[in-house]
Amino acid sequence: MKAKIRKLATFVEETRREMERAIAPATRKAAAVAVIENPFAGKYVDDLSELMSIGEELGELLTQRAVEALGIAGTSAESYGKAAAVGENGELEHAAAILHPKLGTPVRRVLGKGAALIPSCKKRGGLGVVLDIPLGHKDAAFVRSHFDAMEVCLNDAPRANEIMVAVAVTDSGRPIPRVGGLTKDQIKGEDGLR
Amino acid sequence: MHDVVLRKRVMCVEEIFHEGGPVSATPLRRAALLAVIRNPFAGSYVANIEGFMDDLKPLGLEMASALVSALGGDPKAVEGYGKGAIVGSAGELEHGALWHVPGGYGMREVLGGAKAIVASTKKVGGPGTRLDVPITHINASYVRSHFDAMEVGLNDAPRGDEILLALVMTTGPRIHARVGGLKASEIKGEDGLR
Repeated sequence: MKAKIRKLATFVEETRREMERAIAPATRKAAAVAVIENPFAGKYVDDLSELMSIGEELGELLTQRAVEALGIAGTSAESYGKAAAVGENGELEHAAAILHPKLGTPVRRVLGKGAALIPSCKKRGGLGVVLDIPLGHKDAAFVRSHFDAMEVCLNDAPRANEIMVAVAVTDSGRPIPRVGGLTKDQIKGEDGLR
Repeated sequence: MHDVVLRKRVMCVEEIFHEGGPVSATPLRRAALLAVIRNPFAGSYVANIEGFMDDLKPLGLEMASALVSALGGDPKAVEGYGKGAIVGSAGELEHGALWHVPGGYGMREVLGGAKAIVASTKKVGGPGTRLDVPITHINASYVRSHFDAMEVGLNDAPRGDEILLALVMTTGPRIHARVGGLKASEIKGEDGLR
């Protein structure tokens, strides 16, 4: 493994009630987070391919962990998202190198499919920084019931020379979706949008 | 008798490989389970609240079992524990104190009679309040290597009429523990202290 991992964390959220209504089955979201050393902290490096490879490794590891935490088959996942927070000695572009070029392919391999763009966010921050991982349906980005987000943070990360990388997977949309739009049973699944 | 109405459950599992020192052959695992329940006493002063401790016992037991599962399923692997509560704004600190008995009972039951007092903390707070749940060794409070804490919290809880209940378990000492004191190997196990 190229990534030097200090810490892994998983979070599983299960919502069983909302506004005094029972949610059955409960909606469930999981996020897996890795805290890794930033090989380029403190210096400008032009070629970021090492971080791209790290992104590929983490795409597989974190997606597997998130799916395991939900206790579902990868193919049963409904929505996904990814995010990264770069410690203060790093550069926003380091997060981009991890998230964008190579992380998505293994995510989709673990989930069986994933025609839609993986929604993402990134920032630079200190210890305890909060990531709101955006979520969207994995096969059709326009499914309105699945627009959501999951908040994650770790009080001791990222340190200045670290990067915190997160992948979130769900088996459901929002608890009581009722703002219309494309529904999941209407997905054509051809272009990743509808 | 009051119903225990659960809105949400969140599991957080951390796996710590190192913290700047040698990478441990056995990573430290820490798990926290958070349950967000309705506070049956929110909004008014109720003199007699003790009965709710019994109502909470099944939840304590269920949460303790889920934590053991999240840490691999073997109760013998659990070496540290702690508990905590955050009471929403329409409740009082005393409502958080209701968790002492059922939270502790649940963990002792599942761990097969742990001897040490369960370290605990509580506060009144709004959604997003963070709580540092203290952790000590399950059989001897003075084991210095196992003094730890895990920060927990949820962006959307507790609402005013809710209580966030937390249980935490760990599988070992701090990852680079080296400040002396009583060792786990030296536990007499008679009084829960040493």
